[in-house]
Amino acid sequence: MFGKLTLDAIPYHEPIIMGTLAVVLLLGAALLGAISYYRKWEYLWTEWITSVDHKKVGVMYILLALVMLLRGFADAIMMRVQQAVAFNGAVGFLPPHHYDQIFTAHGVIMIFFVATPLVIGLMNVVVPLQIGARDVAYPFVNSLGFWLSAAGAALVMCSMFIGDFAATGWVAYPPLSELGYSPTVGVDYYIWALQISGLGTTLSGINFIVTIWRMRAPGLNWMKMPVFTWTALITNILIVAVFPVLTATLVLLTMDRYLDMHFFTNELGGNAMMYINLIWVWGHPEVYILILPAFGAFSEIIATFSRKPLFGYTSMVYATSSIGVLSFFVWLHHFFTMGSGANVNAFFGIMTSIISIPTGVKLFNWLFTMYRGRIRFHSSTLWTIGFMVTFAVGGMTGVLLALPGADFVLHNSLFLVAHFHNVIIGGVVFGCLAGISFWFPKVFGFTLNEFWGKVSFWCWQIGFLLAFMPLYVLGFKGMTRRMNHYDVPEWHPYLVVALIGALIIGAGILALLIQLYVSVRDRELNRDLSGDPWNARSLEWSTASPAPFYNFAHTPQITSLEQHWDDKQSGRAWQRPQHYERIHMPRNTPAGFLVAMFGLLLSFALVWHIWLAAAVGLIGVLITFIARSYNRNVDYYVPAAEVEKIENARYAAMRKAI
Amino acid sequence: MHSPVLEEADTLLAPAPRKPVTTPVHAHPVDDHSHDDGAKTTMGFWIYLMSDCLIFAVLFATFGVLMNQTADGPGGRDLFELPFVLGETMLLLISSFTFGMAMLNLQAGKQRQVVLWLIVSGMIGAGFIGMEVFEFSKLIHEGAGPSGSAFLSSYFTLVGTHGLHVTMGLIWIGVMVDQIRRFGLDTIVRRRLACLSLFWHFLDLIWICVFTFVYLREFA
Repeated sequence: MFGKLTLDAIPYHEPIIMGTLAVVLLLGAALLGAISYYRKWEYLWTEWITSVDHKKVGVMYILLALVMLLRGFADAIMMRVQQAVAFNGAVGFLPPHHYDQIFTAHGVIMIFFVATPLVIGLMNVVVPLQIGARDVAYPFVNSLGFWLSAAGAALVMCSMFIGDFAATGWVAYPPLSELGYSPTVGVDYYIWALQISGLGTTLSGINFIVTIWRMRAPGLNWMKMPVFTWTALITNILIVAVFPVLTATLVLLTMDRYLDMHFFTNELGGNAMMYINLIWVWGHPEVYILILPAFGAFSEIIATFSRKPLFGYTSMVYATSSIGVLSFFVWLHHFFTMGSGANVNAFFGIMTSIISIPTGVKLFNWLFTMYRGRIRFHSSTLWTIGFMVTFAVGGMTGVLLALPGADFVLHNSLFLVAHFHNVIIGGVVFGCLAGISFWFPKVFGFTLNEFWGKVSFWCWQIGFLLAFMPLYVLGFKGMTRRMNHYDVPEWHPYLVVALIGALIIGAGILALLIQLYVSVRDRELNRDLSGDPWNARSLEWSTASPAPFYNFAHTPQITSLEQHWDDKQSGRAWQRPQHYERIHMPRNTPAGFLVAMFGLLLSFALVWHIWLAAAVGLIGVLITFIARSYNRNVDYYVPAAEVEKIENARYAAMRKAI
Repeated sequence: MHSPVLEEADTLLAPAPRKPVTTPVHAHPVDDHSHDDGAKTTMGFWIYLMSDCLIFAVLFATFGVLMNQTADGPGGRDLFELPFVLGETMLLLISSFTFGMAMLNLQAGKQRQVVLWLIVSGMIGAGFIGMEVFEFSKLIHEGAGPSGSAFLSSYFTLVGTHGLHVTMGLIWIGVMVDQIRRFGLDTIVRRRLACLSLFWHFLDLIWICVFTFVYLREFA
């Protein structure tokens, strides 16, 4: 009836987990209670859960990412504390089995449920506004994609309290991830969480390609597209090109685990190295999927806050595209030690070094944009400058690792760990946080508190340096990654410094939350009435803040790369139209949410081999989807009078502000 | 071709139908600049097909790596019966032809014929699935199941994934038959049939690769 699921699956004997569970249950009950008390269920359901508005879907993606960031960061702190205490015979407070799950969960959560939703969330908020569209190409698919990602995140969270999570490292190499060596449900949770959220990511990839390809405002040709939209396009092409590889690879691992097949086993002809190749065919482009939109955000921010057009727009576009192409030819650098021979290693080493050239082009473009600009040190600017310094270091250690000879020494050491945190925190996280403080007013209509934003930046920047520079040294000293305990006293001081760094990053996260709280509290003081709080350059700043649900009352006509800036210069900006027309919009739908919830049931049931529930979940997914296809009432018109009312209120507020 | 046919073909192929299309059966107006117009859907569906193609690419590559890893068990030449597989192939090819007939009738606006040819395609497709299930169960009974060797694992997964796609196609055909009955041949139904047609022919293409690289190669 319940498959492998029994009451023993709940880890009663683990005080840390049970404590967390108690906190989660208390907070969850408080949250649900508060929603009921303030009678917000209907509001949540109609305005958010069933919403297909790209801005709201984007906000939900970012919220999901921030919640999961807290979880992933809690894992990080536990690992840092463990390594700071467990030396010279001390075992620390995390038993190996638990510790292994924590570093696996940390990696999985940070990549799939923090970085990915942050990036997709930003694209959702910004791309349709930048191209003058009213929504994405498939609003329902957009909502479905988000809820599938959320279901994947829920499954990972579930694994902490019911059963266990994979203890294999975040890419789950076989044969360790095979049934023989990982007999518990941990790897199954890993597989289904990634499958369900990966499906969501693929769907949003298809959605954004079509949106950018087909829904640009009239006159917006390729070389007038803002850089953020360019990076979004390339990122989504990469998503569609590699996420199916991840899906197929995980299917093969699933076959091994569920149907006793032999793709990656040691026995009967299986080949584990094939998995490692396949997972990195996805995995390396994945890091460019994450970093490219961050590059796009920095490009928009640095131009705005330097009050200059972006330097080298064309080279930026070509650099982005060539990074997209080159990202497919570097995957083998993740396992130079596989033994594929000097020539193969040399090829991939050279390709990896080459990919740093377009990245360098971008860095110089940003620097030249700032050169002789009137730079305002907004917190977004600080994130951008912090990124440029930090990412340059991370890029250079990357080039170092690209040399097969050096890699043989540094492979799987803390040097590697320091390198990828260097580029992911310094690049993706800084980029998304910069983007959030930059675009926040466009969604919510008020700016974020600057003081706490700057506190957050300095904590992240200093904390990052303290947490990861020691790891570079430890890598050179021979400390490998994922160690539960060690007996080299010489390493200990560095790990204490790293712990202090992690705590300072924690303060940065806290500052971020305080920033959100303070900003919401003082929202009336920081209203953005003009819709253009930063004196910015691209199209999204020409509409109101918060952007109305239809984005633009009239589809804008595009004549230049920096449309909004040029309109301001020539006095064409914010001109009140003579009349308004009705606007065609998609209707909200619960179908995306329902499909994802049945998908969650299906995944959970598959993890625990509860075949009856799995069948219910699968049929639920199919029926909901088919039922949706019978609904012909999926869109409606906003009457011209209503548009006029909303726009009049906007112009009245704007006049008051001026 | 006489003019009504041309006109119908226009509504099917035009990227964004400009004129308001009225549906005979259903009351909701389909507007002139519909949110999910045909061009966008078709492009998105092509991109989806390319992503699906990559899944098959991985499975073919895996098969290529593992096809000789029989672990001293039976290989393809010992197991496959070429005439039987040729029968499967012919079924699928014929179903592609009959699906083409459905699409031609769609362009001519002949609703009854469309339904008829769809049902014929679906039945032939179901016959293909039946033959595949028979083949799989026979192999398993002979002791050559998917857990026998890496070669067998990759064979069953590649061919089975294709079969799963065909099964999804069958469900889709069933849904479309019902939607034609309910909504008539309106813009949305036409768009969906166009996508389904792409999907069906795509699966045919994949099968030709399966037939060539999995089955025929063994007897080359």
